[in-house]
Amino acid sequence: MDGSTRASASAEPGWRALRRAARARLAPFGALVLLAAVVMALGAPVLSPHDPLKQNLDNTLARPGRTHLLGTDNVGRDVLSRVIWGTRVSLLAGIVSVALAAAAGSVLGLVAGYAGGRVDALVMRAMDAVLSFPPLVLALALGAVLGAGLTGVLVALGVVYTPTFARLMRGQVLSITARDYVDAARALGAPAFRIAWRHVVPNAAAPIVVQASLSVAFAILAEASLSFLGLGIQPPQASWGSMINAGRGYLQQAPWIVFGPGTALFVTVVGLNFVGDAVRDALDPRLTR
Amino acid sequence: MGRLVLHRLAATVPVLLLVTAGVFALLHLTPGDPIDTMMAESADPAVKAHLRRELGLDRPIPVQYLQWMARVVRGDLGRSIRNGEPVIENVSRRLRPSLQLALLAMTVSLLVAFPLGIVSAVRRNTAADRAGTTFALFGICMPNFLLALLLIFVFGVTLRWLPISGYVDPLEEGWDGLRSLVLPACTLGLALAAVITRTLRSSLLEALGEDYVRTARAKGVSEWGVIGGHVLKNAMIPVVTVLGLQLGTLIGGAVITEYVFALPGVGRLVVDAVFARDYPLVQGVILLIAVGFIACNLVVDLLYGWLDPRIRIR
Repeated sequence: MDGSTRASASAEPGWRALRRAARARLAPFGALVLLAAVVMALGAPVLSPHDPLKQNLDNTLARPGRTHLLGTDNVGRDVLSRVIWGTRVSLLAGIVSVALAAAAGSVLGLVAGYAGGRVDALVMRAMDAVLSFPPLVLALALGAVLGAGLTGVLVALGVVYTPTFARLMRGQVLSITARDYVDAARALGAPAFRIAWRHVVPNAAAPIVVQASLSVAFAILAEASLSFLGLGIQPPQASWGSMINAGRGYLQQAPWIVFGPGTALFVTVVGLNFVGDAVRDALDPRLTR
Repeated sequence: MGRLVLHRLAATVPVLLLVTAGVFALLHLTPGDPIDTMMAESADPAVKAHLRRELGLDRPIPVQYLQWMARVVRGDLGRSIRNGEPVIENVSRRLRPSLQLALLAMTVSLLVAFPLGIVSAVRRNTAADRAGTTFALFGICMPNFLLALLLIFVFGVTLRWLPISGYVDPLEEGWDGLRSLVLPACTLGLALAAVITRTLRSSLLEALGEDYVRTARAKGVSEWGVIGGHVLKNAMIPVVTVLGLQLGTLIGGAVITEYVFALPGVGRLVVDAVFARDYPLVQGVILLIAVGFIACNLVVDLLYGWLDPRIRIR
């Protein structure tokens, strides 16, 4: 690659964004945590030292040691193996529920902003109504009617986070459709769908990606809270929230049952927050000024 | 100010209507027959038919909604399937512990957040500032239930200073009652304090850079006089905004906190109703929580008008 090509490549918005993200002070730690979480989630069958579901009633509440690095729980299952498998549930819940919300919210916001009038009023009042419920209480109620399990939690969290994306997208649509290049496209006879797809969506994508990256950490916390209350993935499958709930009865004899998954949850959320901040700094530097 | 109140109230009406529609729809989102979900399959068909009639599920959905709404506006939120008592009575019995918890948590959060936020802003880039921002990050990323268990482990199990669960009414038992609420209030209050600290610090830093602060300093006003007399009120608007935005998180946190500490509050009632599949109770409590949440947000909106007269005029 000669100098001029290198210069033009480095001047591209994508490269500039990546450089800004890498410069964020705590981003490397966040990226490391995210990488470790992804590796654990994908490589759980290889990385977990024991079967996460296998009980050993002769070795219950064993202290952390060589054989079981994070000890065992009340039925002798290896806590570390369950933490590793629990990473899958947490990442899946965080990413899928936010993806659902981002997709649904973006479509609703696009329709509301583009159609205007009554459609806009109806969609946005519906979003206000969803925002009128405390998020965890709404997720709890939806989880209750949809039934305990990961699918119910994913849908419930998707619904809870949808209004944020709908509001964001609607604001973007209103701002972008007032610009000259959209007027020019209209004057050239471009149909509404083409204008939305070619001009509005690509320009509105950055704030949606920023919001999504910031929301994943909170979706993971929400999934853990619902699992802690008993609505998430059901035993004996491992999830951090349900492990912590199961361990709270043994806090005096075996605190590692609670604090193993608790530390994994806390560190992951801190790391994802740093990554979210770095993505925000990279894609929307105005927000950090 | 009167116009602002009327405007905000009018804006709330369509949202309230949609909220009631959403709460009504909850029962109908249940996969399969809601009566089968609420009662065991083996339950007497006559009892099932009676419950179906009582809940109005044998009528068309629009008729059901209108009848339900007519009852709701008269203050009749239905009856719990478990204990047969009206939802309102179930909630009013549980309201006192929840309000006491909320009040104490708010006190804890303000007692922690204001000194930390102010010191962080005034002593920027010092060890005190770093401690404040680390605390804020810690509080924001720490789930309520984990913080609760950490506090139970340290102050209940290891040091044995405070009770780890259960509720004693502070209005009846005084000191013992307060002791039973210390750990729940710290759990809920510290999470809120983290958010307030972060917002207060950044809004104070912004306000400290304004011209009127330089003028006050030039007139010889002491640093704490500048903070207390000029900066703090101007820095409060973002804090009130964040408090409004955090109300939902606070209510969600209260549900978890009451569950962990076995407090007989409204949050615990929601969890119990969900697991008992007592849908009329779930509907009633969720509707009351949503209405309370909307009312709190309305108060927050009106607080803006009080803090910043420009908002009243607009």
